[in-house]
Amino acid sequence: MNRLTGKTALITGAAGGMGAAGARLFAAEGARVLLTDVQDELGHRVAAEIVASGGDARYRHLNVSDESEWEETVGWVESQYGRLDVVVNNAGIFSGRMGRLSDYTEQDWDRVIAVNATGVFLGTKLSARSMRRTATSDVRGGSIINVSSVYGLVGAPGEGPYPASKGAVRSFTKAAAVQLAPDDIRVNSVHPGFIDTPQAASLMDDPVERAALVDRTPIGRIGTAQEVAWGFVYLASDESAYMTGAEFVIDGGITAQ
Amino acid sequence: MTPRSVAHTLAAVNRLSGKVAIVTGAAGGMGAAEARLFAREGASVVVADVQDERGAEVAREINDSGGSARYVSLDVSSEAAWTGVIRDTVRDNGRVDVLVNNAGVGGGGVGIVDFTTQDWDRIVGVNATGVFLGTKHAALAMRRTGGGSIINISSIYGLVGAGRGAAYPASKGAVRSFTKAAAVQLAPDNIRVNSVHPGFIDTPQTGWMMADPDIVRTLQDRTPLGRIATPEDIAWGVLYLASDESSYMTGSEFVIDGGITAQ
Repeated sequence: MNRLTGKTALITGAAGGMGAAGARLFAAEGARVLLTDVQDELGHRVAAEIVASGGDARYRHLNVSDESEWEETVGWVESQYGRLDVVVNNAGIFSGRMGRLSDYTEQDWDRVIAVNATGVFLGTKLSARSMRRTATSDVRGGSIINVSSVYGLVGAPGEGPYPASKGAVRSFTKAAAVQLAPDDIRVNSVHPGFIDTPQAASLMDDPVERAALVDRTPIGRIGTAQEVAWGFVYLASDESAYMTGAEFVIDGGITAQ
Repeated sequence: MTPRSVAHTLAAVNRLSGKVAIVTGAAGGMGAAEARLFAREGASVVVADVQDERGAEVAREINDSGGSARYVSLDVSSEAAWTGVIRDTVRDNGRVDVLVNNAGVGGGGVGIVDFTTQDWDRIVGVNATGVFLGTKHAALAMRRTGGGSIINISSIYGLVGAGRGAAYPASKGAVRSFTKAAAVQLAPDNIRVNSVHPGFIDTPQTGWMMADPDIVRTLQDRTPLGRIATPEDIAWGVLYLASDESSYMTGSEFVIDGGITAQ
């Protein structure tokens, strides 16, 4: 199937987990994919795998919290492919500790907000500018997919900066949806539950932690990166042409409880 | 799985290949669009409605274009009718994998203080009781065959206040919260249940509004994307929910409203 044929997509945090799964599915559905990350070796490897199996993929270094790097990346996409149609703002980090709120430092806060919230702001801003600039009478608009979390919707038992950053993504997405609709740029947030990814490995590899997460999930298992990536495909494709500002919750039923 | 093998798998197998789907209210509008799309993606479709002539025509069109469909007459507010339709579907197709509780009636332009109890009962009977009965009887069948996906059509008026009507917004709110309860209760049986919340759509049921240019302009003005939805805009989302691509989504509110409720 070619649900994304003719589209150029940029995915951040694409060296592993949900970003890599998204890149693989996008390429399989006919998109030209630019994978970006700060983990260059891993990112190059995923892109090479996609190319080896017949897909169209490239890798570039991108620190999402740096505006000049975004400008450079988006400019490169325009010069290589003509225009940018889809952006998945997927790059995100945890603070690295599951402490009490009082344990977090201002540095922890700044670091997580810079990637998870400021990164989404910059990615949306620079991508939307590019989508506007390259609009023609035939092709205009685009789809921006911002990865939030169930912890952008409900309270997290641990962590401080992470839920704050994910709530920022949720409400920033709605503001962007309203402001960019006249340009036919759709913006939606995705809210995964507990997903098996390299970043969550410290939790997922601990049998006690893992069992606790499964118990909290009505579907009774941890999700896969590919299950989230199929949601990216729907949001990236023209099938979702009327969806904007929506919360796309893929959480095995956690927040329905 | 490598990307290429994913592509090949999908090219060879349609997104609903081998699945048996029941769509209620499928004689026109969103239901008919869903039935056509499902059939195109390889599902065997049971087209259910109370408008027998138009429903039979939808099933005939699908069969003529190479799909597989059958029409059944179904009043969704009747438990006896549901028992019969599920029994017949299991008898003829062996299973039920997907149910779209799409049948619904509008509330007209009457406000709360003028709304009659008769109208309340009639609208709640179709829009809310119909969804309960469909979910109940489909789940009983799905349990025996290893699970399934139930898609309940609510509305943006199951999320935010409606400018008119009483029973319609109440029934659509009932669908929203009933869906979450069903998602939690049926998860152990591998049955997923999600609600869909369309904005303003051009369907036979909304024809009276869409025929009035002033009303259309007002609705467009309230919609950030600036246009009224087509039934297909909703049907593509319902297809995603029906397919195994959404295998980790349950109890979600799937909002396809052009940005109305994001404001």
